[in-house]
Amino acid sequence: MSLAWRLEWPRLRRPRLLLTAACAVLLSAAGGVGTLLAQQPAGGAAPTAEAAPAAAPVELRLGLLTREVPPPPLYDLLAVPADDAVAGAELAIKDNNTTGQFTGQSFALEPVTLAEDEDAGEAARKLADGGIKLLVVNLPAADLLKVDDAVKGKGVTLFNIGATDDALRAEQCRADVFHVAPSRAMLTDALMQFLAMKRWTKLFLIVGPNPGDQLYADALRKSAKKFGLKIVADKPWTFGPLGRDRSDSITRSDALVFSRGVDADVLVVADEANDFGNYIPFRTFEPRLVVGTQGLTAGTWHPAQDAWGSAQLQNRFLRATGRPMRATDYQAWLAVRMVGEAGTRAKTADPVALAKFMRSPDFSLAAFKGVPVSVRPWDQQVRQPLLIAQPLGIVSVAPEEGFLHQKTPLDTLGVDERESKCRLN
Amino acid sequence: MIPTAPRRLVALLAGAVALTAADAASAYTVYVSNERGNSITVIDSTTLEAKQTVKIGRRPRGITMSPDGKVLFLCASDDHAVLAIDPTTLKVMRKLKSGADPELFALHPSGNPLYIANEDDNQVTVLDVEQNKVVAQVPVGTEPEGMAVSPDGATLVATSETTSMAHFIDTKTNKIFANVLVDARPRFAEFSKDGKRLWVSAEVGGTVSVIDPETRKIIHKVTFQIPGVSKEAIQPVGVRLTKDGKTAFVALGPANRVAVVNAETFEVQKYLLVGQRVWQLAFTPDEKLLFTTNGNSNDVSVIDVQDLKVVKSIKVGGAPWGVVVSPQ
Repeated sequence: MSLAWRLEWPRLRRPRLLLTAACAVLLSAAGGVGTLLAQQPAGGAAPTAEAAPAAAPVELRLGLLTREVPPPPLYDLLAVPADDAVAGAELAIKDNNTTGQFTGQSFALEPVTLAEDEDAGEAARKLADGGIKLLVVNLPAADLLKVDDAVKGKGVTLFNIGATDDALRAEQCRADVFHVAPSRAMLTDALMQFLAMKRWTKLFLIVGPNPGDQLYADALRKSAKKFGLKIVADKPWTFGPLGRDRSDSITRSDALVFSRGVDADVLVVADEANDFGNYIPFRTFEPRLVVGTQGLTAGTWHPAQDAWGSAQLQNRFLRATGRPMRATDYQAWLAVRMVGEAGTRAKTADPVALAKFMRSPDFSLAAFKGVPVSVRPWDQQVRQPLLIAQPLGIVSVAPEEGFLHQKTPLDTLGVDERESKCRLN
Repeated sequence: MIPTAPRRLVALLAGAVALTAADAASAYTVYVSNERGNSITVIDSTTLEAKQTVKIGRRPRGITMSPDGKVLFLCASDDHAVLAIDPTTLKVMRKLKSGADPELFALHPSGNPLYIANEDDNQVTVLDVEQNKVVAQVPVGTEPEGMAVSPDGATLVATSETTSMAHFIDTKTNKIFANVLVDARPRFAEFSKDGKRLWVSAEVGGTVSVIDPETRKIIHKVTFQIPGVSKEAIQPVGVRLTKDGKTAFVALGPANRVAVVNAETFEVQKYLLVGQRVWQLAFTPDEKLLFTTNGNSNDVSVIDVQDLKVVKSIKVGGAPWGVVVSPQ
């Protein structure tokens, strides 16, 4: 994330909005969805999904659980927008409904934003009792498990879009959870593959104080080993949230000398809270590149991404929301699109049948990543390419060329079946 | 800037006819749209040299020609217009209404109307090119792209990339009458000359569905395997069939190859190595040569159709996207 695209978009926005409005008028003039449905001939044999039945569309309701963003400090450049995740899910609902007009399916979203101290389990139970069987969850790992406990036995399938914890894909894995968010292992494998490809093999690891930072660092250490990189220094960050806290002196001499005298190719930061990672680039003693949670990052999505038709998705999102698409939005979009795609392919709106189909090897979908994304049967993690990006541009896409796997190169990212502590298949 | 008066068009067209008639029978002109170069490159089919590259339109993609070869149509996506271009002077004669973000189009065999895929608005615009009048806008699936009109002109097929369907549209009523679900991200549709087969490529699915347009059943799915190339890199986009219906050529995107497929048995006969990220294809009218646009290597490969050999690669503008060959 960075400043420049935030400043860019308002210039684009106005003409595009006008265009959309004009087209909406034309669309309604052309008859809209109702007329279209009426024109579908009934019947048609199975293998080619010949036109949809003329009957009223079957409605499929999806829930989305997310939590209110705590009030930002005075000015937060990277503030999480209030409609984070929800906006992505809504766009996918729209995409699903465009297809649904031909398949006799319609999709609706019921987003629930929890207050800061509200119980996630209780909210999930309410949604499940209200008939929601497919629930997108944008919450941390502890809340996700709480939600899963709360809906046990109610036939609900969860889509984890917010928790990257490897434990959720290992000893804590659950049969009714799909992980659309990448695991930390996938994120760090992607970065380490890139560094291995560049032969930048000497790493200086800087680990933040939060529990997530420790987990990210653990994943980094494993990935470094996996791809033959050497951690030459491993130090905790003890200077506080300098990346955000500007009331402090802008450069601190002890932070500056922190990196002095270590012979490393790159600094790798573990700072999931965005507290200090952005403080490090250009403030080091020696000239050093920065990768990890800041600097060069790995993720499912990036505002600079425009390959494989994703310019279209970016534009649709920008026009609908007036802001660029974030990784959480993309993950929400992908979760809802998974349901839509499964509905189209399996020709059912039954949530249990849909979840079953998504687990099957027949399921895959196009997700603007150049290759189809699919589900790993052993831990129900969505396998997907990850974007290696600097703040304003895509640098590479993992898996890197040359990292081979007997099934799919995508499985070089994250914990593979043989090593996995989860056996859902 | 852009003359719109029909009288002017007629005058320009007359000029074009005179010029073309003077050319040798087998000398065709090849036009390539360069998506990032915002230009068209003109290639001579006898010398196989790029004659010129002309700046024209913003984000040019789909490119086609009127059956008489007198008008070159170009989707200028970021201009939200279709440009009608004089093929000899390469000047824009008219800016046509296309709806937003036109990507690819198909011309009715009679030369009118033009069916345009509006990728961002999930619709197909039916444009009367003579009157520059939008006749209809047909709502289709998400991100329409591939467009094909049956040889008898009765059926229009539009493929939508995110919906993964081929929509069959009656050209008399401009209404959808059937939808066929194909594999992920269908990019291109091509009818056989006898109208009995429809080939639809699926870029992310990695297959080409061969559909019987009469029953709208998929009769075969062509798959591809190339030693040393990962399955994920095989991404079919452009498809062209020979007039006799016996051979299909399929551009395989980042696999950097064009597959030669026996269109009767559906077996892949050969993979021809071309430039990087090959998307669109066009035959010369005598079917002796096939031109391919290679978006990442900024060139066009020329395939000898008889020998099934790549005979040349020609540098063009930035990110070549579409290609069309003059009928004369």
